[in-house]
Amino acid sequence: MFEYAPAPESRSVVTIAPSYGLFIDGEFGEAKDTFKTINPADEEVLSEVALAGPEDVDRAVAAARRAFEGWSTLPGSERAKYLFRIARIIQERSRELAVLESLDNGKPIKESRDVDLPLVAAHFFYYAGWADKLKYAGFGPDPRPLGVAGQVIPWNFPLMMLAWKIAPALATGNTVVLKPAETTPLSALFFADICRQAELPPGVVNIVTGAGDTGRYLVEHPDVNKVAFTGSTEVGRAIARSVAGTGKKLTLELGGKAANIVFDDAPIDQAVEGIVNGIFFNQGHVCCAGSRLLVQESIAEELLASLKRRMSTLRVGDPLDKNTDVGAINSAAQLARITELSEIGATEGAERWSPECPLPDRGFWFAPTIFTGVTQAHRIAREEIFGPVLSVLTFRTPAEAIEKANNTPYGLSAGVWSEKGSRILAVADKLRAGVVWANTFNKFDPTSPFGGYKESGYGREGGRHGLEAYLA
Amino acid sequence: MTATATSRLSGLPDSASDLRTFLHGLPGVDKVGVEARAAALGTRSVKTTAKAQAIDLAIRMVDLTTLEGADTPGKVRALSAKALRPDPSDPTCPPVAAVCVYPAMVPFAAEVLAGSGVHLASVATAFPSGQAPLDVKLADTRDAVAAGADEIDMVISRGAFLAGDYGKVFDEIVAVKEACGSAHLKVILETGELATYDNVRRASWLAMLAGADFIKTSTGKVPVAATLPVTLIMLEAVRDFRERHGRQVGVKPAGGIRTTKDAIKYLVMINETVGDDWLDPDWFRFGASSLLNDLLMQRTKLTTGHYAGPDYFTLD
Repeated sequence: MFEYAPAPESRSVVTIAPSYGLFIDGEFGEAKDTFKTINPADEEVLSEVALAGPEDVDRAVAAARRAFEGWSTLPGSERAKYLFRIARIIQERSRELAVLESLDNGKPIKESRDVDLPLVAAHFFYYAGWADKLKYAGFGPDPRPLGVAGQVIPWNFPLMMLAWKIAPALATGNTVVLKPAETTPLSALFFADICRQAELPPGVVNIVTGAGDTGRYLVEHPDVNKVAFTGSTEVGRAIARSVAGTGKKLTLELGGKAANIVFDDAPIDQAVEGIVNGIFFNQGHVCCAGSRLLVQESIAEELLASLKRRMSTLRVGDPLDKNTDVGAINSAAQLARITELSEIGATEGAERWSPECPLPDRGFWFAPTIFTGVTQAHRIAREEIFGPVLSVLTFRTPAEAIEKANNTPYGLSAGVWSEKGSRILAVADKLRAGVVWANTFNKFDPTSPFGGYKESGYGREGGRHGLEAYLA
Repeated sequence: MTATATSRLSGLPDSASDLRTFLHGLPGVDKVGVEARAAALGTRSVKTTAKAQAIDLAIRMVDLTTLEGADTPGKVRALSAKALRPDPSDPTCPPVAAVCVYPAMVPFAAEVLAGSGVHLASVATAFPSGQAPLDVKLADTRDAVAAGADEIDMVISRGAFLAGDYGKVFDEIVAVKEACGSAHLKVILETGELATYDNVRRASWLAMLAGADFIKTSTGKVPVAATLPVTLIMLEAVRDFRERHGRQVGVKPAGGIRTTKDAIKYLVMINETVGDDWLDPDWFRFGASSLLNDLLMQRTKLTTGHYAGPDYFTLD
């Protein structure tokens, strides 16, 4: 037996203050109410954070409005300098931010360190490059910023979602009021500090922490010109209703129930890795997670045996341990939802399997789980679980695979596994999903547009396409 | 059941075209995927007690090797003495798995290793190119065994493999295996010359079907030697082969593994792909020379808390 000794990343690189205020007009200021943010791995309170009310949101939007005049008339090359500076500071402080993100979110340090933070910096670098080239982006000879962007982001990739929102907004000359998720406000507040360190003009970026109501005040605020939201389809729908008819520009990046299609000529060992990465990466808290595995019947048995063997090596536990593969579920509420849907899966007759894996006593934990014998009629094949739970379905022909993959109200991502290039192209062409990965999964790059079909939302983030949402 | 199906199940293809059909029917390898997986396993953090355990295991897995034209009996005796007691100042340091030399040097290593439990491996079959007639390869093998080698590291005919003449490669391995008698046969695939990961998987299966006891990556004599992705594919092959045929085959990466950090990455890979059954010198070896001193250096660092200079470790 070869057991790895504990290899904890040091917490000492990050200093979390006992309380944080709202970041408005370049200054941290208090709010009337506060709420606590905890470490989901052990339920320890990390800090007490201001809860922004309507008047706080009002002040933030006003600050952003005041800053807009100067920021939007700054030459693109000058705005780029600020973005490059922010990107470099993020790189310099990446270890601190990675530890912070793992503490507040519960994701394994190897992911925050090797995936989240590099992508966050890359996003700022990428859009910094666009700031002085907007004329050539294909949106007319003189594209103009929209004004104040109200942005609401989720808890699954707190800092990465912030980067996806703020980088293109600033590059195009907009100013921003951003509301991070209730359970993961800390990295956005550290980002506020980075804005000050980069000497970004006051009011260009404002961070208002809070819960659902704070987000509602923000998107409904009459002086907001642009709303960008990433989160659940339910909330997205409410936002679309409230924004309808106001003239605000809206992009929504919502849920998903992606099909990961494995054909019998797939590279099996790499497909197994891709399946694992597709659903257990970030505890399955990924909107584009490959939560439905569609496997060709002729290899289903062999593939599932390999998948189970691979799952048995997943290391679930302390997010700060460098060898942890699957961390903590982000909140008690999310754990309850995952648990509930999993129980429904079992009740509906699907066969449930998890590897033997001891879970910590405190905090929110859910063992990696697969359901076999799932049909299109099962709720676990239709509803987004947003946890480490995979539903396995089979198919016999490529046509059936495509039909089943598309038979969902969502359409954010999909995966195709085959060694046959022509099949990959033919299938990808018919999948109604914003992103289709071939022989890989969950690969992100700032240059590549990302967004959904149907109930997965509209608008694109990333790449040249991502500029469009912030330009008139 | 058709003849082909029967032969596949028995693991003994009955014609060259069956062999081709079988090898080309193996699942493909996605290059990007296998390299990403190997790199991810390389990020495991192995510290303190786990590191100490890994270092001792790695030492026990070393095939301490010298394969130079300039090798002399004196050099081989010295190497063999080191194999028995890698760290003369520390009796708790385990011996290595084997000494690996050219056939002409086998008698001198045998003098030192006799009765010690440390194996004596000899390269054979016109190592490293394999470009000699079969009867010469077989004579080379028999001589090495007669001189005292209990492990034979043979090379496959890469030319024949790349030309698609799998039958020839298969038959040669079968013949060498027979010439080995009771000696264990390690089959060197020379993965650096096979060009694709698909070929590595095919060559692995070909060697195992022909009777290899071990499959080995490289001679160490071409620019690209052992790599983590290649070893990962070979580990998957021995795992799948055992599942299908019930026979366990060992794996030996060789060439280019010089540091403890590298060696630990291989151990992590075994641990998380094929598991405990291969975490043993009977089933996994490192073909290396300079690796041993780095393992000893790190071992001393762990026990004493400080690094000793290179003069505190014996020259090979």
